[in-house]
Amino acid sequence: MDYLQQILFIVAVAVTAWYITRRVQLISRAIKLGRAENRTDHPDERLRTMLLVAFGQKKMFTNPLVGVMHFVIYLGFIIINIEILEIILDGVLGTHRLFAPYTTAVYPFLIGVFEVLAAGVLLVCVGFLARRFIARVSRLQASRHRELRGWPVSDATIILMAEIVLMIAFLTWNAADSALRDRGVGHYADAPVGDFIISQHLKPLFAGFSDSGLVAYERGAWWIHILGIMAFAVYVTYSKHLHIALGFPNVYFSDLQPKGEMQNMPEITKEVQLALGLPLTTGADGSQANDNGEQPAEATSGDIGRFGAKDVYDLKWINLMNAYSCTECGRCTAACPANITGKKLSPRKIMMDTRDRMEDIQRGWKEHGSDYKDDKSLLGDYITVEEINACTTCQACVMACPVNINPLDIILQLRRYRVMEEAQAPASWNAMFSNIENNMAPWKFSPSDRFNWAEQVNEPVSTK
Amino acid sequence: MEATTEKVYKVPTMADMAAAGEEPEILFWVGCAGSFDDRYKRVTIAFVRILNHVGIKFAVLGPEEACTGDPARRAGNEFLFQMQAMANIQVLNGYNVKKIVTACPHCFNTLKNEYPELGGEYEVVHHSQFLQGLINEGRVRVKDGESFKGRRITFHDSCYLGRANKIYEAPREVLAALDADLVEMKRSRTNGLCCGAGGAQYFKEPEPGNKDVNVERVQEALGTGADTIAVACPFCMTMMSDGVKNQNREDSVKVYDISELIARGEGL
Repeated sequence: MDYLQQILFIVAVAVTAWYITRRVQLISRAIKLGRAENRTDHPDERLRTMLLVAFGQKKMFTNPLVGVMHFVIYLGFIIINIEILEIILDGVLGTHRLFAPYTTAVYPFLIGVFEVLAAGVLLVCVGFLARRFIARVSRLQASRHRELRGWPVSDATIILMAEIVLMIAFLTWNAADSALRDRGVGHYADAPVGDFIISQHLKPLFAGFSDSGLVAYERGAWWIHILGIMAFAVYVTYSKHLHIALGFPNVYFSDLQPKGEMQNMPEITKEVQLALGLPLTTGADGSQANDNGEQPAEATSGDIGRFGAKDVYDLKWINLMNAYSCTECGRCTAACPANITGKKLSPRKIMMDTRDRMEDIQRGWKEHGSDYKDDKSLLGDYITVEEINACTTCQACVMACPVNINPLDIILQLRRYRVMEEAQAPASWNAMFSNIENNMAPWKFSPSDRFNWAEQVNEPVSTK
Repeated sequence: MEATTEKVYKVPTMADMAAAGEEPEILFWVGCAGSFDDRYKRVTIAFVRILNHVGIKFAVLGPEEACTGDPARRAGNEFLFQMQAMANIQVLNGYNVKKIVTACPHCFNTLKNEYPELGGEYEVVHHSQFLQGLINEGRVRVKDGESFKGRRITFHDSCYLGRANKIYEAPREVLAALDADLVEMKRSRTNGLCCGAGGAQYFKEPEPGNKDVNVERVQEALGTGADTIAVACPFCMTMMSDGVKNQNREDSVKVYDISELIARGEGL
């Protein structure tokens, strides 16, 4: 075979691997900007959740048609990638269909499965483009959702078009390969395989090609397919499409507690216990006291830090992984009561802003060195107070996310910063706070009147 | 409905019981809305009558009860929340409370999910679950009172009951005992649309938008053709009632808590 092709191929693989490694390092460094939190508890439950929600795509089937469509692409991605192994080995070794002679019994069947999936992926990508541009599904429209304007819509279109090109390349490559075999051209005739289930019907396309033209097409399609896959793998790390990799760990590490439970702040528990003269039960670092109620020694000198979150550094690492796992499908935003009624809040935008913030921080590292910190912050420069204040904490966004992203957790941490560090709650919230403090109820009633209702318990029920 | 003054309903407090050296089976956590809001006081009374009717030994905290701190926590004021929580836990633990029932999903969620980490561990049930239990056991038969046959009822899921705590069926099974026609809104159960009050929204004006959330929700409820919107949350009660008024349908469509409907069905 042609050694030049082998060398070019190995260079392409090496460049791809180098780029991806660098991107993985940067992204993991960005995620680690967040606060540490142990999420390795309950491994059985986490594994079960990951199998159901990530591998089984359970939440995608809320809409069965879209669930099936997405499942086809997902299966295609995982299963067609088995074929990538052969393609890469062929490329490195200069062979052609390396596995065919050793797997004669199953090889045509396997390629047949890949082809059926490839055709499925192609059709579904066309379907998804149609949903975006013809059916104009509301949650995917930049005209309705400002966070989609510009790059996000292009990103989505590029991905779908790229997948269509890759699948066409794969299918026509197989067809050209079969046609060459039929004609007995060179080494093509040596592969011990017949026609494949889908590509055999594409062979007539090549009837007018000369032998050398057909070889050129076969080589071209092979290179477009494999280089396309490599380019796509690098592109994904810059794209919303990163969910294909991070979706799995993201679901594994997702919240296990009931959705209504807000995370406790142990550093405040300590303050409150001191204020109320109660025995301390928790260290400033969140460590539990021992059986005698004594604090671990280091807990007293611990740095309390900031209450709530102003920037990505104050969020937990899982919030940041959430942001990188978001594929901007907008199911959260479509379910958000605030967004439905025209408020500025969009849970999807919360996740996109968090990711944009991390990407901007990385850009700063590149330009000014890895210790660089700009003077921007997530709250204020990316997410506004108007947005976080509009949240009803209804958890519809959390429920809707197919990969268990929790936009609400970020919103609530930003609110905590706004209220406790900046003391900038809306005036009527401040009134509610002082009512609770003074009257033990969020309204201005006297606590001594709290039990007055009992006097009416024997009065006739009004039917009004 | 006929007045039922011949029967005397009682509301014992924990203090009374402790003084008599007794402990109740269950503490009824009334909540701020149940104590102060004129509309929701009627729900509190309906539930107390049911408790009396089935002869359960219950008690309330009365003036010793205080806000759980839920709206403060959701608004971002963790200090205030924890002050409330610690004080409440001291009272509850002081009375050795084991089991709590409440008609407010926000109190329910906070007591059940958020107090344990602060030292308050109780078995907490929502009144929808409690009523479901009474109906299943045959202690409430929904027979001697008003008939709901032929009435159309739609149930509005409270976020803090549904998504927050996965309680979707209990309130529906309670309503099923009424033998009315239950109709579902398109957005129900896990997809239920918020009434707009959660996350401390109840205590401030909404941000600028093109519609109020409760109006969006009430329009959906009215679309079912129901004459009764059943709720199981004091905030939902206010938001849905206001929404019905906004749509000028308060004469033909009523908003009730599930315990009020059961009390009426039972003739209490």
